[in-house]
Amino acid sequence: MANTAPVLEFKNINKSFSGVSVLKDVSFQVRRGEIHALIGENGAGKSTLMKILSGAHTKDSGDVFIDDERVEIQNPSHARELGVSIIYQELSLIPQLNAEENVFLGSLPTRNGFVDWKTVEKEAKRVFALVNLNINTKVPVRELSAAKRQLIEVARSLLHNAKIIIMDEPTSSLTNNEVGALFASIRHMKEQGITVLYISHKLEELFTICDTITVLKDGVITGQRSVKDVTKQDLIRMMVGRDLQNYYLSRQPKIGDVALECKHLNNGRQVRDVSFSVRKGEIVGFAGLVGAGRTETMRSIFYADKLESGEIWVDGKQVHIDAPLSAIKHGIAFATEDRKTQGLVLCLPIAHNTTLASLWTIAGKHGLLDSKKETALTKDYIEKLTLRTTGPDQKVMYLSGGNQQKVVIAKWLNSGAKIYIFDEPTRGIDVGAKADIYQLMSKLADDGAAIIMISSELPEVLGVSDRIIVMHEGRIMGEVTKEEATEELVMTYAFGGS
Amino acid sequence: MNAEVELRKVSKLTKILETVGIELALLALIIISGVMEPKFIRSSNVINVLRQVSVTGVIAVGMTLVIINNGIDLSVCGIVGLSGMVAIILQPQGTLFAVACALAVGAVSGVINGFCISQGLAPFIMTMAMDTVLRGLAYLTSNGQPVAGVTDAYKFLGAGYMGSFMLDGKVIGLPTPVVIFILVSLLAHVMLSRTPFGRHIYSVGGNAEAARLSGISIKKTKMIVFAISGFLAALSSIMLTARMAACDPTLGTGYNVDAIAAAVIGGTSMSGGEGKIYKTVIGAMIITIMSNILNMVNVNPYVQQVVKGLIIFVTVYADNWKKTH
Repeated sequence: MANTAPVLEFKNINKSFSGVSVLKDVSFQVRRGEIHALIGENGAGKSTLMKILSGAHTKDSGDVFIDDERVEIQNPSHARELGVSIIYQELSLIPQLNAEENVFLGSLPTRNGFVDWKTVEKEAKRVFALVNLNINTKVPVRELSAAKRQLIEVARSLLHNAKIIIMDEPTSSLTNNEVGALFASIRHMKEQGITVLYISHKLEELFTICDTITVLKDGVITGQRSVKDVTKQDLIRMMVGRDLQNYYLSRQPKIGDVALECKHLNNGRQVRDVSFSVRKGEIVGFAGLVGAGRTETMRSIFYADKLESGEIWVDGKQVHIDAPLSAIKHGIAFATEDRKTQGLVLCLPIAHNTTLASLWTIAGKHGLLDSKKETALTKDYIEKLTLRTTGPDQKVMYLSGGNQQKVVIAKWLNSGAKIYIFDEPTRGIDVGAKADIYQLMSKLADDGAAIIMISSELPEVLGVSDRIIVMHEGRIMGEVTKEEATEELVMTYAFGGS
Repeated sequence: MNAEVELRKVSKLTKILETVGIELALLALIIISGVMEPKFIRSSNVINVLRQVSVTGVIAVGMTLVIINNGIDLSVCGIVGLSGMVAIILQPQGTLFAVACALAVGAVSGVINGFCISQGLAPFIMTMAMDTVLRGLAYLTSNGQPVAGVTDAYKFLGAGYMGSFMLDGKVIGLPTPVVIFILVSLLAHVMLSRTPFGRHIYSVGGNAEAARLSGISIKKTKMIVFAISGFLAALSSIMLTARMAACDPTLGTGYNVDAIAAAVIGGTSMSGGEGKIYKTVIGAMIITIMSNILNMVNVNPYVQQVVKGLIIFVTVYADNWKKTH
């Protein structure tokens, strides 16, 4: 069925954000009716390219052709008119409405001012057939499975005659059975001549569903292969293998006793029999794909989520942690992934955020707080962490991402922690602040703290860690020392071993 | 460069307005009222205004804590009604016992509010349900009839005077409710700005998840905050019923509006995490003085209600404008 004419072509696409080049001369073709995978590490430029195609971003230079016609995509609704539709991970259906109403959301056909339900029913039947979807169209969609909701969304785009469907990690929230059903529907769509651009981190499924794979690395296309003549190892090699940048410090760790040991931690599907230990003076990197269970493991240790089973030992003694407060009392600090929603109270000043987890450090007379002491110690951290601010009274909502992250770090330093968990500590912050944070972590380790760093950026994990633990689908897949660590080895474990 | 200097000047002016705008508004209102109606600044009227502010102000202080904590307490009306009935009905059992029971009604209702809300119920619905239950109970205590008769000691809490000072060349005393209001405001101010618990109120209100992950108990914080609000509503009811020497089961209807208005006019953020007690006190004074002066110049009471609503609207609108520009 697959026709050889390209339905979509990118020619020399360039895009940069505030001087940082994200896409460099990206050129490739997608044939009509094929299922075309686009893969690459986090930050390789996949989403940016897809956002350009779907009209959310505009390119700096280069050309996009749809059906051999040069197009300038202005905005998302223009992209839809051109037949390009993107299905997001977070679905945009209205849970209380039924499938038909969702498909026709915002475009209900009317007759004499009333909804023309007959047409709705007929048209809905047509698009549901296109995606091979058999459901009760009269029940609210919240009662349907995630896979079916996703297909309803696809059906909605087909109603508006989409010919190119972009699916971004469509299987990330599906069970194995649902994945099978989704793939059947995708193949059915392919037979109807619809082209699917498929973005995924799960390499195995590409071999099941896709025809062609295009690999992006650091904004450059490193190859396009037919699924038939490529192996998983080839793909990993194409995705990684760059020169390590040099802002990581070379340090001589002074490794001490075991500070934190976790035995057989379990928490649902995300944390399965996880055991590991971290020593004083050591930085342990946690690598893995998004959703591998790294964050969930750390949240269970800190009791941000309830731990189902397992033991936690601190300094050689088993401890019972039943609230974040008891984790803090045992000297554990947890700088969460999302500083805005979990780390900081944005409407409060830097000083109040600094002492948020350690009000006892500014206890004064008669149970009152000593605000002079608070100002003084906050000023101290501002200087030590080179925080750029107008002063301790500035609200943290007015700080840049990097400076906000430094406030989070100040908060945990002030709690006197001995074990630090940093979850994606450099996400969304600029290079200068990144270097500051690496330096800080290494200084903390040199002073005898035990450090865990979760990061999805491979160069960072390799550059900063003394030892790397790799997780895959809730389990620890492998452990790699600094000496033997290569991006390929880590990625192989991250994709579930060879 | 010049434009930047300009901009900085403008932002300095808006900053001043942001920090003391409400104080300036109160001052302007007092001056205008004094000019419009000389009787406004007579000692008897000043005392009258202070007395009125005290009753709604005590509730507004509790409401401010609740709103900073990112909640709302609609049940204060019902608490005023039920605790007032309890206090008057229990007069024969002794003043202390009656007062203690009334305050307990408020605090316990608050604890229940706080507990359920910390379990995930929406504050609006939870406290509305509580309000309805309490109002019903208030009617049940006397089968809907007003009750009267209080001890002398109880009467002192509403109609008595403490200390004395000179005003207009006359020696006059400070009404007990005014003294209570000043004490409550001072205590709440110190608690909010200087104690660890005050910090917990702000941080849970500003970002509950960040507070929880910093070791703060959301449940404990919410329960105490709502308990304080309920306690203060009951205290307000005691001052009110003591002055009237009676209580009607409908007492307190609409008090939540005045309390919320005082907090909002005082700049308390409805999204939590921001607010100050003394600003709420000023907000309460603005509302009371406004209706006082409109009364004195014989404005139709129905018009007064419209004016009150407009004031709330204008403050919230200005606040929203400030945030989006």
